[in-house]
Amino acid sequence: MLNFLLGSTLFLSLLSLVSIYRAFQGPTPGDRIISINLMTTLVIAIILLLSFYFSEESYIDVAILYAMIGFLMTVAVVKYLQKGSLK
Amino acid sequence: MITLIQEIVAGTLIVLGMFFFLVALLGLLRMPDVFSRIHTTTKGDTLGIGLIIVGLMVLSGFTALSLKLFVTLVLIWITTPTAAHLIAKSEYERDAS
Repeated sequence: MLNFLLGSTLFLSLLSLVSIYRAFQGPTPGDRIISINLMTTLVIAIILLLSFYFSEESYIDVAILYAMIGFLMTVAVVKYLQKGSLK
Repeated sequence: MITLIQEIVAGTLIVLGMFFFLVALLGLLRMPDVFSRIHTTTKGDTLGIGLIIVGLMVLSGFTALSLKLFVTLVLIWITTPTAAHLIAKSEYERDAS
């Protein structure tokens, strides 16, 4: 089971590397934001799988915090795109 | 203790979740339009993380750990569609103007 968890972690990190391509290439700002959003979710899945691989329960708190900060990042960037400032 | 049935069910769920992440990534790379890219990515994303977290909950059994995983799942299932809605709205307004 441990090898399976490590293999799925490697696969998901490969996917998150490929998703940078759209953030680099994408013609509109929405493409870049949605690509970074997909990468955030992939990193959450990687953190959760690693918490079972190392059997460290405290990594799950890191995943919750990462989800909150990713959502905050998306809201802030969209507000900046719509209004031109963060006020 | 982790039994064999638990391992098989959890492994199947995690592999299904990785498949949906792969589909979301393919949609992000291959779709022609911004809105269709947002559509595909958000759906594959939400279902993939849901299946992976449910697989890990099966693996951990009925403990406080699985409750924490469930809280993570609820948080992600609320925030990801909201973020996609915000992005699509901003793109639509940018298109209209």
